[in-house]
Amino acid sequence: MAVNPFVLQAGQAALVVALAPLLTGIVRKAKARLLRRRGASVFQPYRDLLRLARKDAVLAENASWLFRSTPYVTFACIWAAAVFVPTFATRLPLSAAADLIVIVALLGTSRFMLALAGLDVGTSFGGIGSSREMMIASLAEPAMLMIIFTLALMARTTDLSTIAADFALGHVGLRVSLGLALVALIMVAIAENARIPVDNPATHLELTMVHEAMVLEYSGRHLALIEAAASLKLLLYISLIGCVFVPWGIAAPGAGTGAIAASLAAFAGKVAIGAVLLAVFETAVAKMRVFRVSEFLTGALLLGLLAALLLFVSRSF
Amino acid sequence: MHLAAVLDLILVLLALGAAGAATARLAAGRIVVYGGCFAACAALLGLAGAALLGPEAAPSTLSLPLGLPWLRANFALDSLSAVFLVVIDLGGAMASLYGLGYGRHEHEPDRVLPFFPLFLAGMNLVVVADDAFAFLVSWEFMSLSSWALVLAHHREKATLHAGYVYLVMASIGTVALLLAFGVMAGPGGDYAFAAIREHGLSAGAASAVLVLVLVGAGSKAGLVPLHAWLPLAHPAAPSHVSALMSGVMTKVAVYAAVRILFDLVGGVQWWWGAIVMGLGALTAVMGILYALMQHDLKRLLAYSTVENVGIVFIGLGLTLAFQADGLVTAAALSLSAALFHVFNHSVFKSLLFFGAGAVQTATGERDMERLGGLIRFMPVTALVFLVGSASIAALPPFNGFASEWLVLQAILASPDLPQWALKFLVPAVGAMLALSAALVAACFVKAFGITFLGRPRSKSALQARETDAVSRGVMAALAGLCLFAGVFPGVVMEGFAPAVRQLSGGAVPVSEGAQWLLLLPQAGSRSAYSGVVVFVLILCACALTFFVVRAVGSSRTRRAPAWDCGFPDPSPATQYTADSFAEPIRRVFGTVLFDARESVDLPAPGDMRAARFEVRMRDYAWDLLYEPVAVAIAYAAERFNRVQFFSIRRYLTMVFGALIFLLSVVALWR
Repeated sequence: MAVNPFVLQAGQAALVVALAPLLTGIVRKAKARLLRRRGASVFQPYRDLLRLARKDAVLAENASWLFRSTPYVTFACIWAAAVFVPTFATRLPLSAAADLIVIVALLGTSRFMLALAGLDVGTSFGGIGSSREMMIASLAEPAMLMIIFTLALMARTTDLSTIAADFALGHVGLRVSLGLALVALIMVAIAENARIPVDNPATHLELTMVHEAMVLEYSGRHLALIEAAASLKLLLYISLIGCVFVPWGIAAPGAGTGAIAASLAAFAGKVAIGAVLLAVFETAVAKMRVFRVSEFLTGALLLGLLAALLLFVSRSF
Repeated sequence: MHLAAVLDLILVLLALGAAGAATARLAAGRIVVYGGCFAACAALLGLAGAALLGPEAAPSTLSLPLGLPWLRANFALDSLSAVFLVVIDLGGAMASLYGLGYGRHEHEPDRVLPFFPLFLAGMNLVVVADDAFAFLVSWEFMSLSSWALVLAHHREKATLHAGYVYLVMASIGTVALLLAFGVMAGPGGDYAFAAIREHGLSAGAASAVLVLVLVGAGSKAGLVPLHAWLPLAHPAAPSHVSALMSGVMTKVAVYAAVRILFDLVGGVQWWWGAIVMGLGALTAVMGILYALMQHDLKRLLAYSTVENVGIVFIGLGLTLAFQADGLVTAAALSLSAALFHVFNHSVFKSLLFFGAGAVQTATGERDMERLGGLIRFMPVTALVFLVGSASIAALPPFNGFASEWLVLQAILASPDLPQWALKFLVPAVGAMLALSAALVAACFVKAFGITFLGRPRSKSALQARETDAVSRGVMAALAGLCLFAGVFPGVVMEGFAPAVRQLSGGAVPVSEGAQWLLLLPQAGSRSAYSGVVVFVLILCACALTFFVVRAVGSSRTRRAPAWDCGFPDPSPATQYTADSFAEPIRRVFGTVLFDARESVDLPAPGDMRAARFEVRMRDYAWDLLYEPVAVAIAYAAERFNRVQFFSIRRYLTMVFGALIFLLSVVALWR
């Protein structure tokens, strides 16, 4: 019996929000285990979010309406973007409304608002965070677009759901440009999610921090939303890499209840593996100086450009 | 019969110029001129809109006994003209309305009021001209009236310099266009557009026209490296004129390029597309990098105009390449994208210049380093400026995103191009477009954040007051238009479809019968963008988040001093400034492109000198292109100056010599 696609769509929207803190919990747990620490429970992020949400929000005296509304807008934009990324099923009702370019641009909207909020109170930490975040984004975004070009040239569409469905059929096969795009996408994902070696999500009070400096003035429910948004963005990127490069196990349109359950399990497995790989990577490398980040991301941009260029030369690369 | 009405309304604008000269010193002058301009522009907008949306008719033409005795002035109104009339008169109507409020603060209204309607009339005339003579006269009329407006505040030294550079560049541009029309008219010398369309040009002559058009129209539009006059001249004018120059006059230049390259010349070759899109990509990236280095709000906006012109020319270049290779649907797609971006840019750039004007009125400052915190004193201006910034930064669900999305889709249609050079060039152009789009976001975080957020950096910023109700209304209307065109891009683009069909022979099948819902780049394409779904989804997500957070968590808020890691500094000087915000990007890009050099002079402990930090940047376009031209002109002027002081005998000798020379040329020619 086929499941109503609208139920699936709503289920996916709820699932990504519900699962995102768990992903952060798994990454933290895995990192702790790799450092031979016991680490907090994987459910700790849920407790943290709830605790933050229940506290009073403390606002700086001169914070404006923009500062107060940004957490909601940021979270909403990332959530909207996550709704369009196939997790356990493709061709959901809303997926035709936005392609991969829109997804990336929605993340851009959320970053734009967050960077503005960093400048709102007028502190030096907020400024340094915003300024560096925008510098990183100004290289990461074009790299991401080059990756989109690469995928779009292979699948002849920028619609992510169609790309995932096409790739799952195995028509594309192993390609040079696909490999380049994967490496570039991982580099972009690391930068976009403020992970080591670009930024460190676990530090405070360090001059090299970027994202955390930008949101330093937030507290209470606002901070809870921003942390939830960060987890959601990480989940979004892992689902994105999963649905394009490991597209197997995603339910096709019209799948029955059993197939949906299997694809849910496959999705959970992909996310868990992604989380552990991220933890291993983060433990193994050292954070780089902030002005090395531009070289790192220029590398990603050039890899993406090379991949797209190869496809312009011949569709068979 | 739209054309006759259009010409009548242009006559009204010309009359308003005279009225402005007569009544400039009176308080009523402002109301008469701006009110009249608004009415005329609104009527023109209505006519152009009716021409576009009504049943498609053959272009109407009109030949008037004006100008030289044996030449008549021809005018025509086709769908391409109508599209640009919409852009011009939407911007014109809004600027006139804004001028009603803003003009109150003008110290010397007699330097603005007579020229403002003339400028509008000039721009309208350019797009309805149907022969080279009428075109060039209107073009020069537009240039000179805007030049007079640039010099409205002529007592400032920088304005004088800007006016001089603008005059020189405008003259060079007109000369290039004059030569282009000369080549197109050929030996027959028939300057009517209909005649030019009739006889084809040789490949070499057509290519010469391309180069001349890129110099003539490109310099007016602000193509790098001919752009250097633009960021000087546009900000020097009063803000509603800056909005017209940046938002609208650059579009008239785009019109000139489109009219000549797509309509008049014919015989498009693929490498034209390569040149145009290459220049466009260079312009986009350099324009926005220049903008990032500015701390004068209006200059930043002017440089961002350069960037947007680059995006439009990328679209035009792609169209040329597609047309040369006979890919009709792809050509229609990229041309629609370019025209849609023309429209969008005119809307949000007008909005942003109006916002900058409001800030300047409220604080007397254009320097962002002396602003800050204005969101608390000017909440409406801040909100609309935020909408404008989000639109220009191509963020969904606003209109800038919709047009950039279409340009990106056009680039994705280009692997079908057969030429190898294009196969290599197009992905690079795509990368540069993506880079410029990302840099725009950084640039406008800076523009909005430093101006409106943070703590006030000067006393004048602290005393800012919200601008007048008319200006706020105009800006709110433009902000609403940004959102509307972003949420329903298909509906707006439907209006451009006749012009796209006329020039490319194809049409963007926006969506089969559901223009309001989906934007499709090509028929049957699976890539789609639905502004309305994305917008509604964001709204729902916002509302849901808000209610869930309220239900689960606390809704109480406390105010406390800023945290800033425990050591907040009370001085607003410790905030990030415009320059420090752009510092990382300057280090990444500026070291090579602007030869940026920093020097720090830090006195030893005990030394009481002030510490100094200095950044030096070079503008290569100025140093390598403008400066030599300026030197050459000054040198030539110095030499020719001597001609003024000859005796009568030597003048007669020269006249005689010239006569002999010309007669011998004629004799040899035969």
